[in-house]
Amino acid sequence: MTLHVELVSPERVVLDTEATMVMARTLGGGDIAFMTGHAPFLGALATHTLTIFMADGSREVAAVHGGFVSVTNDHVRVLSDMAELGSGIDVARARAGAQAADEAARAGSDTEAEAALRRAQARLSAAGVTTS
Amino acid sequence: MAGGQERILRRRIKSVESTKKITRAMELIAATRVVKAHERSSMARPYAEAMTSVILDLVQAGAAKEHPLLQKHEGARSEAILVVTSDRGLCGAYNSTVIRLAEQEIAARLAAGRDYTLFVVGSKAQTYFRFRGYDMAEVFLGVTDRPDYDHARAITAAMVPRFESGEFEAGVLIYWRFLSAGAQQSVVRRFLPLEVDEGGTGGLGGAPMPSADLEYEPSPTAILNELLPRYVEGRVFSALLDASASEHAARQRAMKSATDNAEELKLSLSRIMNRARQDAITTEIMEIVGGAEALGSDRGSKTSLMPESLVPRHLFSQNLDPSDPSAVRH
Repeated sequence: MTLHVELVSPERVVLDTEATMVMARTLGGGDIAFMTGHAPFLGALATHTLTIFMADGSREVAAVHGGFVSVTNDHVRVLSDMAELGSGIDVARARAGAQAADEAARAGSDTEAEAALRRAQARLSAAGVTTS
Repeated sequence: MAGGQERILRRRIKSVESTKKITRAMELIAATRVVKAHERSSMARPYAEAMTSVILDLVQAGAAKEHPLLQKHEGARSEAILVVTSDRGLCGAYNSTVIRLAEQEIAARLAAGRDYTLFVVGSKAQTYFRFRGYDMAEVFLGVTDRPDYDHARAITAAMVPRFESGEFEAGVLIYWRFLSAGAQQSVVRRFLPLEVDEGGTGGLGGAPMPSADLEYEPSPTAILNELLPRYVEGRVFSALLDASASEHAARQRAMKSATDNAEELKLSLSRIMNRARQDAITTEIMEIVGGAEALGSDRGSKTSLMPESLVPRHLFSQNLDPSDPSAVRH
């Protein structure tokens, strides 16, 4: 038995695959993982990475910037405004973005800059780069 | 003289021909764009559908419906109108139709003693409304050729806060709905406030019945409040995608008829030109025959001037265009 996972952004279906486990972080700040037979669930996602353990043993990491996860009958649907697969992220650009956001957050520390920083960090960790 | 007329006609034919080449190229480009735009809107559909079914789930779970996007602002005098047109012309009645619809909507509001706030996408509507002195709250350019989600987000960000603060009673979208490459429909759609029908069939479309007993985190109301602004963005985004696909379809049609017209014009012009050339040749023969006759009557001998030696094929072969079938008749 596997989970059917769909990662959907407004512009397209980013990922449609079979997986054994999906790990996400909800708006409350806690991580949650779904495996087969999970009770129906609906949650709002935080800006964080989404880890999908594929049926073939490999692992796919995606950056999601807000959004929702719904689980029904071993069908996991992740809806996100912005969802990027780790493999599709331009690390150099993400790093530059993180730096700019970091500086902006330090200078003004407004919510916008902090959100941008969180997005940049999610993007970087999805791409497999560890952030300090 | 006749030869001059022929040259002018030839020049016109050439110019029509090159126009035809351009319109033909534009037609082909538009045709591929229609396909692409349509693909994009079908790729965007799963998101919209999933979102609709999630909202229905939440409403059934008893999420509080006090989000400002769901409220009617009765006291507001104004209504927000979003008109989606293109930045470029050459697409038939595409722009004028939506602009006319928008003008009707505005006139209806004004006649009822209400106000309007105009949001405009595309430079065509911008120029139209600016010239006629309408107030435009905001203009978005460079969107409809290839709309992406950020455009939808920017447009929503300009409208929704003002709606939430109670400035608008409602919001309408005026755009072309894309049904197929051959059929589009100009529509006026209300998109604010959102209407959630608990029966599950109303304003949000017929989605599958929700699954019972979901777990929610953090809570149905919190999720709904997160979700509704995105739903509005999604509505605007799908309108933009539809408008873009319709624009390309309209351009393809307009360019196809332009190409057909050029073809027709070319045909009638070359008929006129051939006639003119024929006339010129006839006149020339008449002149030669007349001249020869005059010479012949001087000498008193007509044998050397028999018609056999005056066969046009022989004399005027350089004037006959071998590729032109109409010239063979001569």
